[in-house]
Amino acid sequence: MREILDVLRADGHATPERIATLTGLDADEVRAQIGAWERAGLIRRYKAVVDVDRLREVTGIDLIIALIDVSVTPARGLGFDDIAARIARFREVRSVFLVSGAQDLRCVVTGASMHDIADFVAKKLSTIERVTATATHFVLKTYKDDDELFIETEPDRRLRVAP
Amino acid sequence: MKPLNPIIAACPPSGIRRFFDIAASMDNVISLGVGEPDFVTPWPAREAGIYALERGYTTYTSNAGLLELRQAICADLAARHTVSYQPGDECLITAGVSEGLDVTLRVLLAPGDEVIIPEPCYVAYGPCVSFAGGTPVPVPTDGADGFRLHIDRVAAAVTARTKAILIASPANPTGAVQTRDDLTALVALAARHDLYLISDEIYERLSYTTPHTCLPSLPAAYERTVLLGGFSKAHAMTGWRVGYICAPAPIIELVYRIHQYTMLCAPHVSQLAALEALRSGDDDVADMVADYDRRRRLFVKGLHHIGLACPEPGGAFYAFPSITTTGLNSETFAEELLRTQRVAVVPGSVFGPSGEGHIRCCYATALPLLEEALQRIGRFVDTLRG
Repeated sequence: MREILDVLRADGHATPERIATLTGLDADEVRAQIGAWERAGLIRRYKAVVDVDRLREVTGIDLIIALIDVSVTPARGLGFDDIAARIARFREVRSVFLVSGAQDLRCVVTGASMHDIADFVAKKLSTIERVTATATHFVLKTYKDDDELFIETEPDRRLRVAP
Repeated sequence: MKPLNPIIAACPPSGIRRFFDIAASMDNVISLGVGEPDFVTPWPAREAGIYALERGYTTYTSNAGLLELRQAICADLAARHTVSYQPGDECLITAGVSEGLDVTLRVLLAPGDEVIIPEPCYVAYGPCVSFAGGTPVPVPTDGADGFRLHIDRVAAAVTARTKAILIASPANPTGAVQTRDDLTALVALAARHDLYLISDEIYERLSYTTPHTCLPSLPAAYERTVLLGGFSKAHAMTGWRVGYICAPAPIIELVYRIHQYTMLCAPHVSQLAALEALRSGDDDVADMVADYDRRRRLFVKGLHHIGLACPEPGGAFYAFPSITTTGLNSETFAEELLRTQRVAVVPGSVFGPSGEGHIRCCYATALPLLEEALQRIGRFVDTLRG
């Protein structure tokens, strides 16, 4: 069953028939397993991995990403869950993690410009009650994201015919 | 001028070379004609190599190779195959299995000794036996039963001059994996006739259908077996040239004598990279093996769909389908396929007469390219069948 997930994590487009060919499992079995995982919420969604630097080059669309570390005062009885959920619901926020270290939450935030993100931090994030500090780190360049390498891959240097 | 060495002069050039020249002159070729992984060496080993260069590890190592590497190899073999070799005097690091095979044959063979080699086999086996002064004695295997070793055929080939049997499982070019029972019978046969066994296990970690049987781990095999292994295939380290020989100390002692004069040692940086590969490469190997296995299933299914019978390859990264239904011999098939569809494969005849009627396809190639190659092969076969 693990093999099904391995194929899907590399290629979300893979059909049950293709997965069956690659893994040697039965296509109906694969379809049933994927359905079960989708219903159980284990597989949440299938989406594209976008290289934002190429997005800018190819389409002219800017997508700015910032990692924002947030310090908060946890609420009695609720811990960090309540405030993390409040932050996560903003559409600008792509990810929220509770982390160890100096700060409490690490957020990945996107916007069309640095100004958008600054605005979000100033007007929305830092004004949330119990947010005590924020530290914003703008992403200057992405080398690898979501298992995908954005740096140049090595060409196939093998001889064409070899023993 | 006086004649050059007649043994070398009598050795025909590898049949692969001609195809290499043709393929190299063409564009848009999908090559299934290679004999190595399409993966670049996983980063931890490369990084260890870079670090070794930065720190100036550019000297010779001891002739036998870094003791740490030999210890790691022996521990790895013991853990995965319950076979016990002493790093001090039963393991020697070579510049790849190729050097290991050469020195092993030179140590084992006296002039005129015969070596039984199941065929189809890797192209170097016969020539290396000849270069060592021996006589290769091929024993055919058949695609019809998945290139299974026929012990009775091997037994029938034994003469008073037979010195050793050279076997590879999983095998290049067939991808065949021999069963534990057949290998046990082979050991018994070798014991009966007091023969050495040379076991080329370079593809051992690329076994998909059954756990690998390490030949010297079989009862009574250790004392007469020379185990050849390396990092090229499983760790995608072909260009680093690092492998090993494990054998009883008296054999290694003589191997050492040749190796110390002819090679001195395997490249220092490569040995350090191989050590890192052994220490931290298991997950990378597992990922690559899983990838090969998926490609294997897709490719073999595709061949069957085209109508080319292909015994299931249980190991390595080769499929060796039969092309006899097309009416062409393997060389013509490969040449025409390359010329008309720009897919490079290797004709089976290159791997010995019993390879005729087959082509070797290496599926260590990205899935989209494999699928495109299958389409092209399909088109080619269709034109042949009218």
